[in-house]
Amino acid sequence: MKIAILIHEGPYNHQASDTAYNFIMSALNRGHHIEGIFFYHDGVLNVTSQAEPPQDDRNIPKRWSDLGVEHGIDIIACIAASKRRGIKDGAIMKGTRISGLGQLTNITIAADRLVTFG
Amino acid sequence: MDENENKKKIMFLMRKAPHGTIYSYEGLETVLIMAAFEQDLSMAFVGDGVFVLVKDQDTKGIGIKGFIKTYSALEDYGVEKFYVDKKSMEERGLSPDDFAIPVQVVEADEIAKHMEEQDACIPY
Repeated sequence: MKIAILIHEGPYNHQASDTAYNFIMSALNRGHHIEGIFFYHDGVLNVTSQAEPPQDDRNIPKRWSDLGVEHGIDIIACIAASKRRGIKDGAIMKGTRISGLGQLTNITIAADRLVTFG
Repeated sequence: MDENENKKKIMFLMRKAPHGTIYSYEGLETVLIMAAFEQDLSMAFVGDGVFVLVKDQDTKGIGIKGFIKTYSALEDYGVEKFYVDKKSMEERGLSPDDFAIPVQVVEADEIAKHMEEQDACIPY
């Protein structure tokens, strides 16, 4: 199945980001295709390259980056939401990108299911 | 793929009050963009989401840009299906006359039926 992912909440403050990650890893392990991951609202904070979480905690932005780089999944932060929150090119994780809501529309159209977290 | 195959039925489920959080406002931005992509859109208002449509909202006092006027323009974007959950509306002492745009006031199970027909449902 082709699955599009929409994440509304920021990292650490809310479990949505963790749940989405676990869902995506399970879906990949079962042979599903992730059409794209779109971050909206505070969700855009997931792709910041400026985070330095404690060593004994999970590194959420790095986790998304690894997913983008290793699995070639399109990981997109909404540009309008990013601008509001200080997320910009040059300060985002490798394997992620900033683009418009049109990308959310495209992955929604292309996927069999859109799954929203948060 | 021709255009018809690209046209999806997408419902936006508005669950939160218009102010206090940004979900409702940024959610509306998604509606506008997807309307520009000529998708078959509808909106359902449940819970505190019914407050979003209340007419004559004055947001000066909270220093935030109001967006109720944008709803009046949605028809021009081809967005015309607005469902309001009857129980949510009545519980909050509202009636259709309180809303800025014409809506269909329906029971929750009718909203559920519409949801089942959708290709995607986006909650805000």
